[in-house]
Amino acid sequence: MSGVPISWYLTLSAILFTLGVAGFLFRRNIITVFMSIELMLNAVNLSFITFSYYWKQVNGHLIAFFVMVVAASEAAVGLAIILTVFKNRQTLNIDEVDSMKN
Amino acid sequence: MDVILFLIFAIIAVVCAINVVVQTHPISSAISLVGVMASLAVLYLLLGAEFLAAAQVIVYAGAIMVLFVFVIMLLNAGAETKKGQSSMALFLGGPLLVALLMLLAWFVQQLFPGISVHFGGFRGGSAQDVGRALFTTYLLPFEVTSILILIAILGAIVLARKEMD
Amino acid sequence: MNLWLIPVFPLAGFVINGLFGRRFSKSLVNAVAIGSVVLSFAWVLKILAGPGDLETTHTEHYFTWIQSGALNIGCDMAVDRLTAVMLLVVTGIGLLIHIYSIGYMAHEGGYYRFFAYMNLFMFFMLVLVLAANYLVLFVGWEGVGLCSYLLIGFYFDKKFATDAGNKAFIVNRIGDFGFSLAMFLIFKNFGSLDFATVFQQAPGSSEAILTTIGLLLLVGACGKSAQLPLYVWLPDAMAGPTPVSALIHAATMVTAGVYMCARSFPIYIHAPAAMNTIAVIGIATAFFAATIGLAQNDIKKVFAYSTVSQLGYMFLGVGCGAFSAGIYHLMTHAFFKALLFLGSGSVIHALSGEQDLRHMGGLRKKVPWTFATMMCAAVAIAGVPPFSGFFSKDEILVAANHHAPWMFWLGVITAGMTAFYVFRAMFLAFFGEYRGDVHGKHAHPHESPPVMLIPLAVLALLSLGGGFIKIPALLGEFFHAEEIPEDPTLVAISVAAGLLGIVLAYIMYVARPGMADSFVAAFKALYTLIYSKYFVDELYDATLVKPVVNGSRVLLWKGMDAGLIDGMVNGIGARARNIGGVLRLIQSGNIRSYATWVLLGSVLVIVALGIAGGLR
Repeated sequence: MSGVPISWYLTLSAILFTLGVAGFLFRRNIITVFMSIELMLNAVNLSFITFSYYWKQVNGHLIAFFVMVVAASEAAVGLAIILTVFKNRQTLNIDEVDSMKN
Repeated sequence: MDVILFLIFAIIAVVCAINVVVQTHPISSAISLVGVMASLAVLYLLLGAEFLAAAQVIVYAGAIMVLFVFVIMLLNAGAETKKGQSSMALFLGGPLLVALLMLLAWFVQQLFPGISVHFGGFRGGSAQDVGRALFTTYLLPFEVTSILILIAILGAIVLARKEMD
Repeated sequence: MNLWLIPVFPLAGFVINGLFGRRFSKSLVNAVAIGSVVLSFAWVLKILAGPGDLETTHTEHYFTWIQSGALNIGCDMAVDRLTAVMLLVVTGIGLLIHIYSIGYMAHEGGYYRFFAYMNLFMFFMLVLVLAANYLVLFVGWEGVGLCSYLLIGFYFDKKFATDAGNKAFIVNRIGDFGFSLAMFLIFKNFGSLDFATVFQQAPGSSEAILTTIGLLLLVGACGKSAQLPLYVWLPDAMAGPTPVSALIHAATMVTAGVYMCARSFPIYIHAPAAMNTIAVIGIATAFFAATIGLAQNDIKKVFAYSTVSQLGYMFLGVGCGAFSAGIYHLMTHAFFKALLFLGSGSVIHALSGEQDLRHMGGLRKKVPWTFATMMCAAVAIAGVPPFSGFFSKDEILVAANHHAPWMFWLGVITAGMTAFYVFRAMFLAFFGEYRGDVHGKHAHPHESPPVMLIPLAVLALLSLGGGFIKIPALLGEFFHAEEIPEDPTLVAISVAAGLLGIVLAYIMYVARPGMADSFVAAFKALYTLIYSKYFVDELYDATLVKPVVNGSRVLLWKGMDAGLIDGMVNGIGARARNIGGVLRLIQSGNIRSYATWVLLGSVLVIVALGIAGGLR
């Protein structure tokens, strides 16, 4: 029985990651940008678990698990920040949050 | 069989991901993202990561995305308007992305020629195995991340608190 | 014996008065300052009255100061007969001058500061005298130079005073340079700076090295003791208060050079060329300074040049091998020169600040006690027997004749000139009619208070009777000197020269007052030469001072420091600012452009990794 070549999983992970970066670069809504970040993290998780299969060890699963945990806390804090930014500037346009200019 | 399952769910994942990026309204992007995560969970199962597949659905799709949807609702975010673009991102970003993808795919092809994944080929992803590793080898990161979660909770509360006053 | 107490008492006085004196009343400042010197003097007496006659040196080692490789310097103090004489002179005369200062400085500002500095000076001078190695002596040497600077420039709001202080310090420094070189050479040659070690090994060293060491030490002594060519600071140092001139520039600091040469006698005995140089410089300075003293009109300047001249005598004694005679003259000179300075201070105080002899006159009725005591000093310095100056000067002249007869004759002429100018000053000040401004502020001369007169009286007694303290006998054994036979003819000649000077001065300034002026008119050029101090200061200024100052101002300051170095540093700052201005534009504030940069970077990293992995 033929299995799926491992490179296909990894290619899928690369595609998802690239899509995440694209979303990050080209979207203007802050929340969409955040979701692109989550997409990137998922892609990386897939990659880790694939490698865990490759080495026949459970360590990759553990790393992916911790990535998930961190992504969760990051999402919580990040969304709280977005709420604050929205309250102060009344906009969700990422281009308008540019007080660090020069 | 493995191949068919993989292809189906891989295509679902890619389509949903494209949808996340393309859709104008944030809520559509959020739902598409849920779709991505669900298909990824199936792929994890194919790779023998039972515990993680369950965790993916519960934590990611069940908690994080719900959080996203709540925030979108709170902010009453509408569809995105067409305003200024960053010329840098536009002109440089596209080619770079393509380059990135090509590089990664090429490397992947070169590095792992003949190995293939069979369903059931890896049995060590069960909850028992993950739990054992979590509380022995990875005990320190476990404790540290628990503190990290605590900090994140406090931070989120402090940041969003004033809105309630 | 706890020798360390001797310098530490004045040091404590300095610390207390220096830190808290501003808030003390005058009597408390006095008590601390005088009390510390009294304690020091008392301790000296106690040590000298104790068991043993100090035939051998008693050394005390307190702690190791420097321990570095082969260099091992301890903080050591030693006392022997030579030290005993110096200690008595320094603490005794220091005590008298401190008491005198209570009266003299009573109306001056900075009262506590004056006494603090005086105590500090006593500390350093005592360290110098008690030192048992060259480095501790050098500490005292430098310290007294510092105190001299502080005290000369005591009236720091007057430019000529601060200039004089600078001049003293800088010229001293040149001498100190010679001293340092000597110390380096001593260490290299003998491996140690301790007197005991060095003097023990001295006989075995080569004469060339000992001569070099001796000459370098002499350079240091010339600076500190104002010999040719480094004497120029001493006349200017009269800008300080008169007690300072008395203590530092007559009795103690300027004698440090003589003391150091006498202490190093084991080196000099084996380096005859160096000793001869000392003698030549000594007699030359004595003669030269005496000629200048003939024409000065400021009473303190007369005595300043007299000090330079008498120091020349001391060096002459040392250079001719009569070390004990040189130290003897040091002691007697301390008595009568301090008295002359203190007395002139009393006169100045009586006239409320007038120092010019041409505006004095007829004061012997107005300030009788001052006049009487100063007369004692004047006859002593003129070498009239049986007073102290006669004994000490005579010893030196006899030794000079034994060494080289031409030195004897020059010394006799100088003795005559000494008597002349001292009595000229006395006659101009105390005899004749009062030539001062009758209606001005100097119009009412009054006698000084007892606190100033008592030290004058004590010093007068010492000047008269000091010749009977048998110093040569005491120190003769210490220096292992050969006995030079007394020659009554020589004694008679020198006494005659002194008396001739007194008589000449009497004729020119009392009997026929106009004679001096006609003399001056007849020898106008010579008189101008002497009066302008042979233009030595101007010569030094033109050849040494101005080039250095101009060079450093124009070349080094404006050219190099401001132009080159500041330019470089400022240039770097400007460059950094420019670069920063360019880099600043990358921070556009736009998150997405940042992300693009990150993406670019990561792509590059991946490519680099790939190439490094060799997959291309």
